[in-house]
Amino acid sequence: MHLKYESFVREPLVDGDKTYHDITEDIISPIEKKPGRMWYVGFFFSVALLMFGVFSVFWEVYFGIGVWGINRTVGWGWDITNFVWWVGIGHAGTLISAILLLFRQGWRTGVNRAAEAMTIFAVMCAGQFPIFHMGRVWDAMWVLPLPNSRGPLWPNFNSALLWDVFAISTYFTVSLLFWYSGLIPDFATIRDRAKTKFRKRAYGLASFGWTGTAKNWQRQEALALVLAGLSTPLVLSVHTIVSFDFATSVIPGWHTTIFPPYFVAGAIFSGFAMVNTLLVVTRKILGLEDYITVGHLEAMNKVIVLTGSIVGVAYLTELFMAWYSGVLYEQEAFKWRIMGPYWWSYWAMMTCNVVSPQLFWFKKLRRNIPFTFIMSIVVNIGMWFERFVIIVTSLYRDYIPGSWTYYSPTWPEVGFYLGTFGLFFTCYFLFAKYFPVIAVSEIKFILKTSGENYKKKMNVIDEKSIEEFVHEQAHH
Amino acid sequence: MAIKKFAVAAYDDEEVLFPAVKKVRNSGYKLHDVYTPFPVHGLDGALGLKETDLHVAGFIYGLCGTSTALGFMSWIFLSDWPINFGGKPHFSLPAFIPVTFELTVLFAAVGMVLTFCYLNQIMPGVKKHVFHPRQSDDLFIIVIELNDHVAETEVLDFMKSTGAIETNVQTAESEWWYGRWDQKEAYELS
Repeated sequence: MHLKYESFVREPLVDGDKTYHDITEDIISPIEKKPGRMWYVGFFFSVALLMFGVFSVFWEVYFGIGVWGINRTVGWGWDITNFVWWVGIGHAGTLISAILLLFRQGWRTGVNRAAEAMTIFAVMCAGQFPIFHMGRVWDAMWVLPLPNSRGPLWPNFNSALLWDVFAISTYFTVSLLFWYSGLIPDFATIRDRAKTKFRKRAYGLASFGWTGTAKNWQRQEALALVLAGLSTPLVLSVHTIVSFDFATSVIPGWHTTIFPPYFVAGAIFSGFAMVNTLLVVTRKILGLEDYITVGHLEAMNKVIVLTGSIVGVAYLTELFMAWYSGVLYEQEAFKWRIMGPYWWSYWAMMTCNVVSPQLFWFKKLRRNIPFTFIMSIVVNIGMWFERFVIIVTSLYRDYIPGSWTYYSPTWPEVGFYLGTFGLFFTCYFLFAKYFPVIAVSEIKFILKTSGENYKKKMNVIDEKSIEEFVHEQAHH
Repeated sequence: MAIKKFAVAAYDDEEVLFPAVKKVRNSGYKLHDVYTPFPVHGLDGALGLKETDLHVAGFIYGLCGTSTALGFMSWIFLSDWPINFGGKPHFSLPAFIPVTFELTVLFAAVGMVLTFCYLNQIMPGVKKHVFHPRQSDDLFIIVIELNDHVAETEVLDFMKSTGAIETNVQTAESEWWYGRWDQKEAYELS
């Protein structure tokens, strides 16, 4: 008897008449089968994109950063736009796994594994951009406080860019540890039912020799809870620090205190959109509709409409503050954003991020899978434009009209961006094939409170009087 | 390393498991361990296990991170190589907060995960005896250690009476060892 009581009014989190063994079977058997043709097509297409990205980066490293379209006025172009975009996407995974764990949101169990994987891959992609933006990439380790023969000369710990190095690397490490500590028991499940020698050996190594004693589980839950507690401020700090890259400068359009919350909301917004993009496809291809239900997608769409509205308010607040501040440069910066040569990017951002998510106020649309999929892509296009607008349209018309310029990317910049898509999807395809896409042990844990077949039996409990229920619980 | 004899009982429901655990503890037989496919809340209490102190370790690691970050940055800017950044004070605490926070989290997380692995004795290459292949799937396993003073059949009958769906006797290594999961150990073959 579970002590936690879930009302039968709540939608079940696991559909169908499932037993513990069915859960293992449903989630792990795709790993044991040969992948379908779609998987091969997708995987090789991703690898091809990745190769093109590697070539583009090679071109940039060999000839120097001059092959990019960035110039003296617009020093940050697609590279930093893409960096912020990918880091933002990376925020949903930890939000789902950490913050929703602390808030005891049962629905996170269906999506947390894939979302955390997405986080890790997205942060891997994000990290490439600032590193190769350095130009002399072989000196990249100078950002770390390593003993060196130049004094030793240390990095400047007062710089927001250095804080970023610490924030992103910590975020990556902690997300990876959190993710992997949850994967260990599931790898043990695969290992124990493995038929082939290779699988037994590989998953034996990956499971670290986990056997699942009562004490093991007790420690595992304690670890998950504390890591969630650590990750919650961490996930908020990471995009806050990314926003400091801009907010601590004196560029009109960047120098504003609204940036940290505005960036964090935008990050969660784009991250949930990416989770929806991936899961709508994953649940279909792997046949996991019973575990990632329409209810799960709806919950994420609700987060999207909330964070989308926060982002919308932030955009309007920025405009208001530019006018209210009375600072000419600030006002001009926003005037050029809206009406200058880059007007199209500002309006693309406004349409995709502020107007279109409002459609999710309709329950019918929130629960419509094709619409969710299209919206998830629209949101990410909008969020890319947001970063482009913030970066490029704040820079291209600076204080001296003589240095005003127009920036457009060259092929190595575009190739680099496409290459990170290749990296991201290559990793995701491998993950979907070799890893349990859903946290098996966590789903088993919630089955008896939130499984459809168990929910049906709960109607009986709700009909009982409170005294009767308490009596039964106390004397069980 | 010790090879011992164990009586193994499998249960298919945690609602049967709890009374069974209670009976085993009262019976006086030596309970080796209980294996479950997912965390069963209250089982640690039923087994009389103490609450883990892992979070205390995490707090201490976190403090180490905080002091490392603050100490290192202060040492650099105050004594090792003081640099004047726009006339700001050398010890500029507000600017140190982000790095200090990140290192606190990093130390706490890495330290806790390593401690977790150490306490649970898990690591790549570690091998332990799996009493039932379905202990990570859908069965709950209670293992009792046998010795010369108890009769095997008596223990097995007792376990059946507690609601076990399957019982058997196994000779197994009780600790962990280095090994490959695709290979059987000598004692497993005999």
